[in-house]
Amino acid sequence: MSKSIAELEEMARKCRVEIVKMVHRAQAGHPGGSLSEIDLISALYATRMRVRPNQPDWEDRDRFILSKGHASPGMYAVLAEMGFISHEDLKSYRVLGGVCQGHVDMKWCPGVDFSAGSLGMGLSFGMGCATAARLDSSERRAFVMIGDGEMQEGSVWEAAMAAAHHELGNLKVILDRNRIQNDDFCEEQMRMFDISAKWKAFGWNVKEIDGHDMTQVMEGLDFLEAPENCNGPSILIAHTIKGAGISYMENNPSFHGAAPNDEQFHQAMVELGEAEA
Amino acid sequence: MTRMAATRDGYGQALLDLADNPKVVVLEADLGKSTKSLHFRKAHPERTVSCGIGEQNMLLVGAGMAASGYIPFASTFAIFTERAFEQMRNGVARPNLAVHLCGSHGGTHTGTDGSSAQSIEDLAVFRTLPNVTVLHPCDDVSTRILTMRLADTKSPSYMRTARNKTPVLYDDVDPESIQIGKGIELRDGHDVAIIACGVLVSESLKAADMLKQEGIEASVIDMHTLKPLDGQLVDQMVERCGAIVTAEDHNVIGGLGSAVAEHLVANKFAPVEMVGVPDRFGESGQADEMLDVMELSAKYIVEAAKQAISRK
Repeated sequence: MSKSIAELEEMARKCRVEIVKMVHRAQAGHPGGSLSEIDLISALYATRMRVRPNQPDWEDRDRFILSKGHASPGMYAVLAEMGFISHEDLKSYRVLGGVCQGHVDMKWCPGVDFSAGSLGMGLSFGMGCATAARLDSSERRAFVMIGDGEMQEGSVWEAAMAAAHHELGNLKVILDRNRIQNDDFCEEQMRMFDISAKWKAFGWNVKEIDGHDMTQVMEGLDFLEAPENCNGPSILIAHTIKGAGISYMENNPSFHGAAPNDEQFHQAMVELGEAEA
Repeated sequence: MTRMAATRDGYGQALLDLADNPKVVVLEADLGKSTKSLHFRKAHPERTVSCGIGEQNMLLVGAGMAASGYIPFASTFAIFTERAFEQMRNGVARPNLAVHLCGSHGGTHTGTDGSSAQSIEDLAVFRTLPNVTVLHPCDDVSTRILTMRLADTKSPSYMRTARNKTPVLYDDVDPESIQIGKGIELRDGHDVAIIACGVLVSESLKAADMLKQEGIEASVIDMHTLKPLDGQLVDQMVERCGAIVTAEDHNVIGGLGSAVAEHLVANKFAPVEMVGVPDRFGESGQADEMLDVMELSAKYIVEAAKQAISRK
């Protein structure tokens, strides 16, 4: 699972193209959070996840739980890159009968381990997967991606407390700290104060990185896997930019859940190196 | 002398009996002593997950374990299961993960803790969820048998148990006669059929005795499974009796009465009278006092039976 930084960056670029295509085609969906998470998920799947794309229900696979399940285009793009689904399947995003449901759904899409869509649920589910792995004496891990706005859900903290109490060293969380939620900037909706201190106070191992610097992303994933951090649950706080990679979407709350028009789509393809200006 | 027991004790016994299956795990939210999962915890602490006072987390830890091949039995008070309704809806029922949720201390029969602890809507809310089996057994024997049967199902469930003791009805019956989705005929009468669940099954038997003294022969059904409802048995009761009474320690909105009525209006029809909590909250009182205050006890079932017969 060795990939160069350049290879990972290229994978993430290709995924960004697919994200924008999916959302443009559907004229609906969530591009902002998909673009903020994509460097992290690309690196995670390409270099860490112990999975078998040709056997998606392999029992002893690592689990990945996209708790911020509205950012599904990002995950679908990665699943296509990994071979769980085809690139043709990506055209089914938000289409009746399609494997790519609006929010990731384990009943519909191969490679999806959790039916998301309601915020605040994935960490608890991941705790269940990690607890089961421990009972099985298995080395498999549960990786959970949560959003920063999602941390306003109280159930996240129920799970945070419980996972630390049970010392679940096989539970690894990545926080996509993109600073924007549905209505506005998180800072306006509900201030977060010191996120790192909060998780540390709950008994977690914590590291902060730039979630778009692939070298730092790899260091962050190393941190999550490091034996000294397997005494309990760990969280990687990845500082990201909502809409990262598309200039007019970056740091723009309007593109949390809105599709680009044809002109904006063309501009995005130009910026991603897929079209001439 | 009739043996008295609480259905929650049947649940606790079933968990112990199921422990031979290494995939069975128990989830608790600081009420194991009350729901009776504590016996399993003492015997198998390694397979018991304490979730603290966090019901929302507990339901989804169960979902994650079910998705990993385990058979989780999670319990808390019935009223607190409702706090995790959306977790049950989105995280358990929707992906059809076989998490078995038990809400103990259901209904106004719970008594002196008062209205905050008396769940009168749990059966209704969980009945609305696709994939979810909803059970409310009437004695410890049937609770034990039905709980054990749940472990073999591939879909989630909600079971309400009760805090206080009620008469045991099935000490000497063939366990095969107690099946999920099959109502049990306890009395065979031709004038009116009383379809009951939980603590009101024994009240319904009392009511049938009272009716008999007045020359009215009532059938009594223990409808321990509210979903899927045994519609075939309801149809038989309609044909045989032509008048139906439902009886439950639950709001008249959405529970067993509603389930039976939903079936009746689309099939063979008969007048229905519903004995249930009359859409209001309870208060502190002893279990038997609450049955009278909430108009659920045998005398109210008798009145309802006569009313149903008069509407034939």
